[in-house]
Amino acid sequence: MYETNYHRASSVEGAIKLRGDHEEGRYLAGGMTLIATMKQRLAAPSDLIDLRHIPDLAGISIDGGNVRLGAATPHAEVARSEELRAVCPALCNLAGMIGDPHVRHMGTIGGSIANNDPAADYPAAMLALGATIITDRRWITADEFFIGLFETALEEGEMVTAVTFEAPEKAGYAKFANPASRYALTGVFVAKSADGVRVGVTGAGANGVFRHTGMEEALESNWAPDSVAGADVDPEDMLYDMHASAAYRANLVKVMAKRAVIAAG
Amino acid sequence: MAKVTLTVNGRTVSGECDDRMLLVHFIREKLGLTGTHVGCDTTQCGTCVIHMNGRSVKSCSLLAVQASGAEITTIEGIAAQGELHPVQAAFKEHHGLQCGFCTPGMVMTAVDMIGRHGGQLDEATVRHELEGNICRCTGYQNIVAAVLAANQQMHGATRQAAE
Repeated sequence: MYETNYHRASSVEGAIKLRGDHEEGRYLAGGMTLIATMKQRLAAPSDLIDLRHIPDLAGISIDGGNVRLGAATPHAEVARSEELRAVCPALCNLAGMIGDPHVRHMGTIGGSIANNDPAADYPAAMLALGATIITDRRWITADEFFIGLFETALEEGEMVTAVTFEAPEKAGYAKFANPASRYALTGVFVAKSADGVRVGVTGAGANGVFRHTGMEEALESNWAPDSVAGADVDPEDMLYDMHASAAYRANLVKVMAKRAVIAAG
Repeated sequence: MAKVTLTVNGRTVSGECDDRMLLVHFIREKLGLTGTHVGCDTTQCGTCVIHMNGRSVKSCSLLAVQASGAEITTIEGIAAQGELHPVQAAFKEHHGLQCGFCTPGMVMTAVDMIGRHGGQLDEATVRHELEGNICRCTGYQNIVAAVLAANQQMHGATRQAAE
């Protein structure tokens, strides 16, 4: 790891100020991606601004069907929240499948979505739940937030402070995990609400997380696992690597969508 | 340079280190507690698992300065008055190790797991929760057996004490 300077922020305002003072600085949440990347010398921020000790970024609040998750909420806390499980169990289940227990104790939802790894779990849920990403300066819909591989609508120095969404009537998540890393080779989150059905796909798209409108229409006309079987998933639009070819991922999208609908019930 | 203050196994310790020093190196090199191992160094293998504020974390994947102010428990801190911790005893009894390199991380993981599940542990849960710990000797079977036995012993003992 190259040299770096550590700063511990105690407020959002303090963190923004620190970030503004250091052009080559980076926010540090759980660090489950950033520290590993720095160890490989693939990232070399001059300064790290630690967000884990900011009280305003912590915690889960639920008001009727409205859910708000603070950006610094660790995956383990989302996974075991009984309050959240009562309104959106699929998101608890998703959080419980990220990495391993030790990673879930450190990694945060804000860090995951700000990084927008094409194989991360949360982005699929944010898209399918029609979530809104709250930052220090604005509200951004998930549709506008996730742009491409590791790319989001966040501007220089902008910080995710929370995410919020209305609990769906039904939702389910299924992923085919990479056997070594537990990242999603393909993961599909389906959600059904009064506004319709939304399907978010992670791990598979050549341009990162995406919605599959064909499956959404098929599930709107008939909410059943087999509805997604006829959907068109073009291998041309898929990622491919040593773990899975584009054609295999295209097939996995349908299989995981089917399992997600079964999980949703 | 940063000043790092930790409570390690109940004792307050301080030391100076580079901001970039990993917690595992601080524990091993500055504190001389070499029971916590470095295996893969890439957040995969789990030999570096310790407890920070009561939760299992991989000490190769956080900076020592990130942990400053925290309560840390390492493998050296779990046996009380010279008696093996029930999880350590179960690993011995069930032959949950061969070379022993992964064992400190496995034991710390198991202690955390048993604590979180309040006695409600089954084999599938144990296997799922061992995903962050790699053993290249045992094939895991005896590790799973040891965790389940320790769980039963610890929660059985709690019930007995409550009665």
